Amino acid sequence: MKKIAVIGAGPAGIEAASALALQNMEVLLFEKSSNTLTNILDKAFLFPDFSLANDMVDKLNKKLLHQNITLHVGTEIVDIKQEGHEWKIIDKKGMSYIVAAVLLSTGYTPFDAKRKEELGYGIYNGVLTSLDLEKMIKYNHIENSMGEKPKRIVFLQCVGSRDEKSGNNYCSKICCVTAVKQAIEVKKLLPDTEVYIFYMDLRMWGQSFEEMYRESQEKYDVCYVRGRISEAATTFDKKIQFKAEDTLVGLPLKMNTDLLVLMVGMEASCGTKQLAKKLSIEGDYGFAQSLNIHLQDNETTSKGLFIAGSCKRPMGINETIADARSAALAIMDYVDVNQSNKESLADNN
Amino acid sequence: MSIYFSPFVIPFLIGVIVLIIICCIKYIRWYNQFDRVQKTVILKNIISWRFLSAIWETIMEALLHRKVFKRSFLLGYMHSSIALGWFLLIIVGAIESEIAIQTDKPFWIGIFYRYFVHDSHAFKHAQFFAHFMDLLLLYVLSGVILAYIKSIYSRIVGMKKTTKHVIFDTFAKFALWLIFPLRLLSESFTAALYNNGGFLTQTLGNMINYTVADVLEIPAWTLYSFALGTFFISMPFSRYMHIFTEVIFIFLKKLGVGENEQISGYTMFELSACSRCGICIDNCPLHKDLQLPGVQSIYFLRDLRYKRPREEIAENCLMCNRCVAECPVGLDLMTIRRQMRYKKDLDTHANYNYIENLQPFNSIGRIIYFAGCMSHLTPGIIDAMTTIFEKVDQKYWFMDKDRTICCGRPLLQQGFSIQAAELRRKNTQLIKQSGATMLITSCPICYQSFKKEYNLPIQVMHHTEYIHMLIKSGKLKLRKDDLKVVYHDPCELGRGCGIYRQPREILKTVTHLLKTKNEKEKSLCCGYNLGNTVINLEQQTKIRNAAMSSLRAKNPDLIVTACPMCKKAFKRASDFTVKDVAEIVKENIISE
Ligand SMILES: Cc1cc2nc3c(=O)[nH]c(=O)nc-3n(C[C@H](O)[C@H](O)[C@H](O)COP(=O)(O)OP(=O)(O)OC[C@H]3O[C@@H](n4cnc5c(N)ncnc54)[C@H](O)[C@@H]3O)c2cc1C
Ligand code: SF4
Ligand code: SF4
Ligand code: SF4
Repeated sequence: MKKIAVIGAGPAGIEAASALALQNMEVLLFEKSSNTLTNILDKAFLFPDFSLANDMVDKLNKKLLHQNITLHVGTEIVDIKQEGHEWKIIDKKGMSYIVAAVLLSTGYTPFDAKRKEELGYGIYNGVLTSLDLEKMIKYNHIENSMGEKPKRIVFLQCVGSRDEKSGNNYCSKICCVTAVKQAIEVKKLLPDTEVYIFYMDLRMWGQSFEEMYRESQEKYDVCYVRGRISEAATTFDKKIQFKAEDTLVGLPLKMNTDLLVLMVGMEASCGTKQLAKKLSIEGDYGFAQSLNIHLQDNETTSKGLFIAGSCKRPMGINETIADARSAALAIMDYVDVNQSNKESLADNN
Repeated sequence: MSIYFSPFVIPFLIGVIVLIIICCIKYIRWYNQFDRVQKTVILKNIISWRFLSAIWETIMEALLHRKVFKRSFLLGYMHSSIALGWFLLIIVGAIESEIAIQTDKPFWIGIFYRYFVHDSHAFKHAQFFAHFMDLLLLYVLSGVILAYIKSIYSRIVGMKKTTKHVIFDTFAKFALWLIFPLRLLSESFTAALYNNGGFLTQTLGNMINYTVADVLEIPAWTLYSFALGTFFISMPFSRYMHIFTEVIFIFLKKLGVGENEQISGYTMFELSACSRCGICIDNCPLHKDLQLPGVQSIYFLRDLRYKRPREEIAENCLMCNRCVAECPVGLDLMTIRRQMRYKKDLDTHANYNYIENLQPFNSIGRIIYFAGCMSHLTPGIIDAMTTIFEKVDQKYWFMDKDRTICCGRPLLQQGFSIQAAELRRKNTQLIKQSGATMLITSCPICYQSFKKEYNLPIQVMHHTEYIHMLIKSGKLKLRKDDLKVVYHDPCELGRGCGIYRQPREILKTVTHLLKTKNEKEKSLCCGYNLGNTVINLEQQTKIRNAAMSSLRAKNPDLIVTACPMCKKAFKRASDFTVKDVAEIVKENIISE
């Protein structure tokens, strides 16, 4: 049986591992945290269908029970080397594994909002990220910094994305719809809370996103303001006061809120950055680069090295899963061709 | 006709006369361009100790070139050997001829002494003078030889980049290079004929055939005179105009004259006092990190002096003050840049009507805290300062918390001096009316503005000075943690205002402070300085990265700085921890 290494047990890694295992490959799945699906675990509901994140986690984890899959949690991969037709995977403890092909699915990290200090994250208790709010929603425990029910929540889009100053000019793709989703969830839990969303432009690109956006306004009274927030400060009563410009009206404004939620974007994860660099497949902003976005989106410049999921660019779960399956297919092709090449070589001798 | 005349003196004479006339015309014209205040200052201070200190400074800088020595020994030696050596040649030559010839003599006698006086025992110590003059000539020649080498290979004298000069410079330079070898040659010929040389010229003279010397003596002296004449005539149009102008500039400066917001006669003196030594090029971030040609102070001054200033060059400067710190002449380079940025056509007066509505807060018994616009983008600093105020029970008026105006310096740096003055006027009024006795700011830009551009009746402190004072007086008790930190000197606080000690002493109290390569005056600009509106983000980033990698060289746990701009610049870079001095202090307060 051919051995395949899959690095990173997020949705991409798990889906690909399972697809490969079903095709009779032996899969070594490495995950640096002690849990799989670290980026989904703390979520309450998923866009676009408000399905339970826990369900997704259970279903995906169940796929790992296949006998061909060996899961190594708590195993951070620090180096990958090509050795002839084989690949050598080295983990942090210095253990190495020899495999026939490698799939990089090391994913993303949310943007560290502390880097935009002017927004006060980590300084004022009333400033949260979308991840913090998601946790509050999950445990139905939405509070302001005084432990009270918030009267007003303001979302700010594009934190760390589409922002030259943080060095990320790209759009993270998932935060617009996440804001709409979270705004609706807040409203479901706290109907009396005012919700504002400050945006540059709303990108409702996916199926049913636009409907969700419309519903948020018609049914849930979410208020959208076009403009970026420039700085946040605290008031004597521990609220957050921020300055922004309403670019539709063309006026600067100042507003108080109980909670300011920063919609952080997706950056290449540390593992993605390091491994992509070592493997010389580093693309823009530290993401991994495929050979051809249309036709060979899982292949790389090295034969036997494949990539899938959000280690390539920001993407949601459904896209990630589809991409992981296509990667599994590409790997199977590669292994087959390699196999027959070897056999014909052996025949010739 | 004096017996001390020969036709070959004529080129020299013409040179001297032209030089004197042109210099007088220029200097008188520039003096007339001084404004009334500048003139009064000169007259008031001309008889005072300042005059003596100007003489001292002239000797130290114009002759000995102390500051150039500091930069590099060889470069200093080169400059001082030519300047001091030549100066002494003239002085000692004058003394020599004064002793030797009691009768009437022309002023050039010292320059051509050995041609006219053949008697090597003309007076008691004539032999000694001959040797001494040779020694001086050797001293100058050694400098000239270094200059030859420098023009071929400048690294030897510690400079990476040497200057591109205008045509007059080339003329003057070659003339200057020839003067002393020709003098050596002429005197050696004369020594060959009359045995009146010193240890150097006589030794050479003894090697020269008598007939050859006889034929070549006059041509050599003629060439020597020509070289002198050429140098003198091209001098006022070349960089060598600095030789006299630097001396006058030192006197003017010592007498208390300074730049105005507008170009004045003083600026003209400054432009010509620049020796185009090129010392300001190597460490300019725009050269070092971006390889931008033609924008450094030397080029900027040169273009201005030859009346072809270019706007984009005036604007393309970070105002980081690095060149000011390095310039051996001590020119006020930043003010001259600002003068050229002056935007008189833009009348935005009406935009400032709203500021009249701002009201002061009764702050008797309080201090004023002026965080600065930039600190509002780094709320961590504000949070730290307000915590510290509360900790030491200091009542304060947070003057720019809300609805407020800027200190004006960013506008001033961009040439909006009228607008900046408007803001200063209003802030001054608010501060005076508040009744506060002290103003503390977290932003070095505001600090420099309040210190130098305002004329406030109350004490102004940067928060590092204030915290330092609290620690010294025992009001603030801090613990020491075991973090290894490096301190980044912000341009505006360090080179701008000379605050180097307090932040370091604070950091030594609370952390382990590591030394870095580029400290204090040599600190690297973070690149995000408000001074430059021409370079783009990518270029800023390059400058920032250079500064950052120098700071991270010794693997500190974090970078500490004392400026919200620098903090933001470094924070944007990466996930490396960057903090303000105030934040570190806040974290280490011991609460009883
Ligand atoms: C705020 C937010 C909300 C979101 N909400 C939704 C939603 O509602 N619906 C939706 O469809 N999508 C959502 N997404 C997107 C979703 O999280 C991603 O599409 C999905 O997680 C991508 O999966 P992945 O496997 O590519 O990467 P990841 O989920 O990032 O998985 C990568 C894994 O690799 C591991 N790893 C990294 N480096 C190494 C290494 N060197 N060695 C070993 N292991 C390593 C990591 O620990 C991680 O477990 C959201 C994203 C954000 C930021
Ligand atoms: S998805 Fe929306 S919020 Fe996120 S980066 Fe793109 S535009 Fe900004
Ligand atoms: S500005 Fe100063 S350092 Fe620069 S060339 Fe002129 S004299 Fe030298
Ligand atoms: S102030 Fe700084 S950027 Fe400007 S010329 Fe001087 S060294 Fe260069």
